[in-house]
Amino acid sequence: MAKISMTVNGKTVSGDVEPRTLLVQFIREHLGMTGTHVGCDTSQCGACNVHYNGEAVKSCTILAVQADGSDVVTIEGLAKPDGTLHPMQAAFREYHGLQCGYCTPGMVMVAVDIARRLPCADEATVREELYGNICRCTGYQGIVEAVMAGSEAMQTGVLPLKDHH
Amino acid sequence: MYNFEYRRAQSVAEAAKLIKEADDGKILAGGMTLIPTLKQRLAQPSDLIDIGKIAELKGISVSGKTLTIKAMTRHFDVHSSPEVKKAIPALAVLAGGIGDPSVRHRGTIGGSTANADPAADYPAGIVGLGATIETNKRKIAADDFFTGLFETALEPGELIIAVHFPIPDKAGYLKFAHLASGYATCGVMVSKTGNQVRVGVTGAGPNAFRVPEMEAALAKTFTPDAIANIKYPADELLSDMHASAEYRAHLVTVIAKRAVAAALA
Ligand SMILES: Cc1cc2nc3c(=O)[nH]c(=O)nc-3n(C[C@H](O)[C@H](O)[C@H](O)COP(=O)(O)OP(=O)(O)OC[C@H]3O[C@@H](n4cnc5c(N)ncnc54)[C@H](O)[C@@H]3O)c2cc1C
Ligand code: FES
Ligand code: FES
Repeated sequence: MAKISMTVNGKTVSGDVEPRTLLVQFIREHLGMTGTHVGCDTSQCGACNVHYNGEAVKSCTILAVQADGSDVVTIEGLAKPDGTLHPMQAAFREYHGLQCGYCTPGMVMVAVDIARRLPCADEATVREELYGNICRCTGYQGIVEAVMAGSEAMQTGVLPLKDHH
Repeated sequence: MYNFEYRRAQSVAEAAKLIKEADDGKILAGGMTLIPTLKQRLAQPSDLIDIGKIAELKGISVSGKTLTIKAMTRHFDVHSSPEVKKAIPALAVLAGGIGDPSVRHRGTIGGSTANADPAADYPAGIVGLGATIETNKRKIAADDFFTGLFETALEPGELIIAVHFPIPDKAGYLKFAHLASGYATCGVMVSKTGNQVRVGVTGAGPNAFRVPEMEAALAKTFTPDAIANIKYPADELLSDMHASAEYRAHLVTVIAKRAVAAALA
């Protein structure tokens, strides 16, 4: 067993884990935070994305011991403590960027990462950047619209509303 | 995943010592290949030696006509590096096409090179640019490095420290990506330095290789048309459910032409 400690959503947490424990297992099973999902066992679906030292990574493909001393943000860490959604979460709601919601935590974490790196990304770039996030339900159109609108909202503070006609 | 001992090395010397002491130790770099392999129980190392926190293994620098990328430099760093974009833009393109953003945030040039996946992108870059692999023991020329399917000239426990790329006058990289995996069904790096041309191909054969006939033709006339009628023999190429050897042979010509066009653009 190995003693580890890290910051998760701003709080210092620690635990005693086997070296083979994945970061996602530590988050879900040790910390009891089940927002981060596991959608595959081949590192391909992206459902497990978290921010690791400020960047999107697949928490199913990093060992908890590797993450010792790091700063992690999960989907639970995005909204304000009073429940106000992060602009990207609000955009996913407004633009129907989800159906069953299984892929959504990973989608939103990657979307925030894309918006930070490429604030003016066009649609083709957003689609390319979402290559590692698989959704079984939506057909991606709503997701892509949400990422672009959420990105704009992160910069301007105003979420462009969807034309519902 | 089978269990293992985890050790974090603070220096290259310590990593080399730890790997020597282990029964059946493996280096852990970005983990983007090794961890999925462990999850599938396709490997059972006794120890993982994590080189992820070794500062001397990170960084990109240019000295004279050489671009040096240290082993633990991530695909993301290579893709977004101003030095790489200026010295060898085709290499920045190559790194930016590996996997997805989350993979690029973790995966490294050293791990990708050591792993020698037949469909990985970096081997085409290394062979097509004529890079030199520096290890903790010696320097290995690109032409001697990739020796077979997932096989390299590395000895057990030998660590890649850096990859040195000679800066060409022009270079272009293009891949025909497998739609589901994103890996190269065929990827080609073409480079021109003076009147020397190199053509490095990945994805098509068991390991990255050069195409001397194309190199000779391009040395005379550096245009896509110069190689339009040069066919690589299919019997040396891979054949699987994704592409037959004949189709891969066809792709070598098509993608090499596009890589030349990219180098001229
Ligand atoms: C979803 C997904 C998509 C991908 N798509 C692509 C793609 O399109 N193109 C592509 O090329 N790759 C792709 N990859 C692979 C990716 O590029 C990996 O990052 C890379 O192959 C391995 O690098 P790593 O740093 O993660 O190494 P690790 O997984 O940590 O290690 C890989 C192997 O190399 C050894 N090793 C690592 N570093 C060293 C060193 N410095 N010296 C000696 N040995 C070392 C390890 O012991 C291990 O055997 C993909 C991976 C995933 C998960
Ligand atoms: S669960 Fe991590 S990529 Fe699918
Ligand atoms: S909303 Fe169901 S998998 Fe994406």
